[in-house]
Amino acid sequence: MTTTLTKSPLSRATRTKVLQRQGAAVALVLMVAVSWLVFPRFGSLDNLRDLALQGSFLAVIAIGMTFVIITGGIDLSVGSLYALGGVLAAWGSQYGFLAALVLPLVVCGLIGLVNGLLIAKTNMAPFIVTLASLLFARGLLLVITDEGATTYQIPPDSAFVELGRGTVFGFGYPIFVAAVLAVLGGLVLNRTNFGQNVFATGGAEQSAVLLGVPVAKTKILVYTMSGTLAGLAGALTAAYLQSGVTVIGVGLELDAIAVVVIGGTLLTGGMGTILGTVIGVGLIKVIQNVINQIGTLDSNYQSVVSGVFLLIVVVLQRILRR
Amino acid sequence: MTRTAPQPATRPVSKAATSAARTRWLQDNGVYVAVAVLLLFNALFTSNFLTLGNFTTQLVQAAPVLIVALGMALVIGTEGVDLSVGAVMALAAAVIPLYLGAGPLMAITMALVVGVLAGAFNGFLVARVGIQPIVATLALLVGGRGLALVIADGQLVQLRDPSFLELGAGNVAGIPISVLIAGALALVIAAVTNRTTFGRQLVAIGGNRKAATLAGLPVTRVLIGVYAICGVLAAVAGVIATSRLAASDPADMGLLMELSAITAVVVGGTPLTGGKVRVLGTVFGVVLMQLVRATLIKHNLPDSIAQMIQAAIIVAAVYVARERR
Amino acid sequence: MPTDPVIEVAGVTKTFAGVRALSDVDFTLQRGEVHALVGENGAGKSTLIKVLTGIHTPDAGSITRNGHISTIYQEVNLVPLMSVSANLFLGREPRTRFGLIDRARRDADAAELLRGYGITADVSAPLGTLAVGEQQMVALARAVEANADVVIMDEPTSSLEPREVETLLGVVRKLHEQGIAIIYVSHRMDELYRICDTVTVLRDGVNVHSGPLDELPRIELVSLMLGRSVKEIESHGTTAFGEDHHADAQPVLEARDLTSKPRINGVNVSIRPGEVVGLAGLLGSGRTETAKAIIGAFPISGGTVLVGGKPVAHSVKASMRAGISMLAEDRKTEGIIPNLSVRENIVLAALPRLSRFGVTSRSKQDRIVDTFVKRLRIKVSSPEQKVAELSGGNQQKVLLARWLCTEPKILLLDEPTRGIDVGAKAEVQALIDELAREGLAVLLISSELDELLDGADRLIVLRDGSVAGELEGDRLTREHVLEAIAAEVKDDADRTTAGHAAGQQSGH
Repeated sequence: MTTTLTKSPLSRATRTKVLQRQGAAVALVLMVAVSWLVFPRFGSLDNLRDLALQGSFLAVIAIGMTFVIITGGIDLSVGSLYALGGVLAAWGSQYGFLAALVLPLVVCGLIGLVNGLLIAKTNMAPFIVTLASLLFARGLLLVITDEGATTYQIPPDSAFVELGRGTVFGFGYPIFVAAVLAVLGGLVLNRTNFGQNVFATGGAEQSAVLLGVPVAKTKILVYTMSGTLAGLAGALTAAYLQSGVTVIGVGLELDAIAVVVIGGTLLTGGMGTILGTVIGVGLIKVIQNVINQIGTLDSNYQSVVSGVFLLIVVVLQRILRR
Repeated sequence: MTRTAPQPATRPVSKAATSAARTRWLQDNGVYVAVAVLLLFNALFTSNFLTLGNFTTQLVQAAPVLIVALGMALVIGTEGVDLSVGAVMALAAAVIPLYLGAGPLMAITMALVVGVLAGAFNGFLVARVGIQPIVATLALLVGGRGLALVIADGQLVQLRDPSFLELGAGNVAGIPISVLIAGALALVIAAVTNRTTFGRQLVAIGGNRKAATLAGLPVTRVLIGVYAICGVLAAVAGVIATSRLAASDPADMGLLMELSAITAVVVGGTPLTGGKVRVLGTVFGVVLMQLVRATLIKHNLPDSIAQMIQAAIIVAAVYVARERR
Repeated sequence: MPTDPVIEVAGVTKTFAGVRALSDVDFTLQRGEVHALVGENGAGKSTLIKVLTGIHTPDAGSITRNGHISTIYQEVNLVPLMSVSANLFLGREPRTRFGLIDRARRDADAAELLRGYGITADVSAPLGTLAVGEQQMVALARAVEANADVVIMDEPTSSLEPREVETLLGVVRKLHEQGIAIIYVSHRMDELYRICDTVTVLRDGVNVHSGPLDELPRIELVSLMLGRSVKEIESHGTTAFGEDHHADAQPVLEARDLTSKPRINGVNVSIRPGEVVGLAGLLGSGRTETAKAIIGAFPISGGTVLVGGKPVAHSVKASMRAGISMLAEDRKTEGIIPNLSVRENIVLAALPRLSRFGVTSRSKQDRIVDTFVKRLRIKVSSPEQKVAELSGGNQQKVLLARWLCTEPKILLLDEPTRGIDVGAKAEVQALIDELAREGLAVLLISSELDELLDGADRLIVLRDGSVAGELEGDRLTREHVLEAIAAEVKDDADRTTAGHAAGQQSGH
């Protein structure tokens, strides 16, 4: 979303906004350029395809998280819902494509709905409510999988597998799903009334109420969306892995929050973009990819670098805002 | 919506007022009632529950969570939160084998130093740089465990130093050392919170930081101190847990501890909005969550159901404690 | 008088937690009239507004609404991070063919619309970058554009500069001509008498008077609000300040050449013990910034602060140690710690002094708190009562006590009587007098000229961050102050002076 800049001197806030967004973008371009030069394998089509595919699952979750964070909330349950969605998809795949796709969306969407209802109607902190559903969703997952003992496989001939493994020019379907969702997300956020309500809710909740914004409804919707998208990401992952892995997604909520924040969305709400989030996903995934390229490096450096990077970004954002 | 009366409430107390009073009573005492109810339930329906042996086991298991939760309560009292406590526990665990050769005292000291530094770093980001606590401590949560694994080269290290293992396994007068440490720390934190300038200042900062600044309170110093205390307490918990495990295991040490600690603090009646620290409530919050887990296990409920019930308890506790505007 | 009511309220009663906020209130708003709604804090104005707009459901009584109601509040209730145009059209954005928001048209429409309200700012910039007055105007434009038949304005001018007030009153008049009914809530008599047709006075939740405003003399209106007799007000005047003070010769505080561009440019302030120095000027003239710079809570690029001739480091701590204390303007966000008790709020700043080795002493605290609660006549059920439960006036006294127990030599008071009821206001004013008589040096900031003229021994007038004049003795008059404030913006000054002149019969 580019605002038309008038001739008047850029206001401080606008300038900060531009810097924030472009800061992440510039970092991404630099990272890509350096990686391309230093690691010959980085630029290979195979690697780029893989990078995009890995990023697409996280992106789907992060898009939902962006909406939540712009309303001033947070959703810690997405990692669990992601795993739950995968298990449900794998379990549902025995009943056909539709069941495999719809079941995770509905169940995870419902949990998101409950999150939203609790947060919007009872004035409880999003942090705590979604923490509870993080535990709840893991518990539900364990119930379905006989305490984690059973791993549901998706029949290799199932059409559902195609959703995760099918490609166009070698680029996996999930990439396109994520891309479409990103574009839709951007449109919804900036060009619909709901999107404006999201900004208003996070920017100044009390005022939003007085301005006639349906704050409660908006909150309920964003958490439902976030839950649904986490379920979808889980389903896509299950299709890609051909099974519902029970142990994935632990700590994924942190990755999602990290990329949203790196992308310039204010954790206090009221300001943010989908494009920034996509850039944030790109950054984190490029870093991971590069660390994997350096064969000698301990894979544990991944999280160290992610943490350091997150730190640099938030400190820079903070300094820019001054 | 607003529930406060626009005029000072000097009129006769109505039904609404008594209901508000009841809610406040529940907010303040709910955790004690819940613990009592759970104890009663177990006394009646769980065999071998009210035994000294079982009590000791429960307390030993709860000790590390309690130590972390004490620090967390202080941080939450300043309207902050520390997501990095689990990662700090892992860092402490990773440091121990490096220095155990120089004796357990050296190893423990180094682990605690790491905790102080990590906490002070968080505090610096929050107080000086001005980053929101969730974001500031998120960085260490994401990176800290990775760093611990890098330090430990991704390995689990068995520890054999007998005097170090005594910390987790030993007793004094029949009471496990870890429980004694946790209890002593709870007393210290309670005294610090209620009886020292530092404690009252941290509560004031949590209640209204701007006003505290204008009242000349050393806001930066207090905040850095609070996060440093939280860090060192996490390190203490890491040391004790490592000793009990007889192994340094940075991959699993303190995993999701931030959530357990926050849960205990909130269940204990300390509001996430800051300005209030309830140390005894936190102790009982930890005990309650431990009792719930133990009760479920004793009744052969699977882990899955246990998690879902925990989720329900968290929601119920916060529902009772929620801010009414 | 033709009757065509847009709002009719009959016998409305509303109770909160056992307290009657409204008691059998009748209220009628005629189409096209400007209706003043006045009353002290807690008289039930906000509750009545919330009942009118449907936010509250009354316990008893009936409400008939024959039109759409829009409300603008004292604090701008818009979203600062969203663009001006997004705020203006939130909920009724122009759409493209595809049903998406047409942002180009939204910006164009917003720019055109706001020109009518005298605003030429960049409408795609976040609202928060606009001046408060401009934001208030955007809120008003939004309310009017919602095709309202009734616009409720709750203290719309409390944070506006005179020029902005004029623009706003102009808009009100225009709305009036368009036949839109307006409920105008304000404490400012001048404004009320200039634009309102009728008035309703609430006291303790009861409608004590409704009728044409011009038939009601000011002094009687005040007496209706206060429930005090007219005679009493005449004998006491509108403020509770007493005689001038007898100050020592040597200043205890000297601030030299305080500079922090662009807010303050080389401001000099000196106060002698026992003297009350007033700081006058328009909103944004640098009054609050000067006080905050003196105590070290506002970054400066130049200047020194001397206490008793010795320079003080630029920090709140150092300033407090030197004996400076400041009562901040915004009681809620910069003053009280809501969840702490009255006792803890009072001792907060003096805590280190009341402790030994960092351990607090309860008995020392109780003693000092007891003294101040008695001396300042703070109405509390017990010192352990939560400060948030107190009325505004008592909260203000708690804050005064907080600063007094640091035993300051210099007290900076930023709008000490704003937003507290008239009774408490008089008490605070009397207290300021008393403190000065005891030898305290006081810097008094107020946007009420009467308060400054009556309360201060000397006035420093600020304009655009610089000292525009110092007035003392015979020159301490309304005319001289306005002259100093308005030397450059002559146009506005004329109008402001005229407005004040019209209101001069009352008061003294």
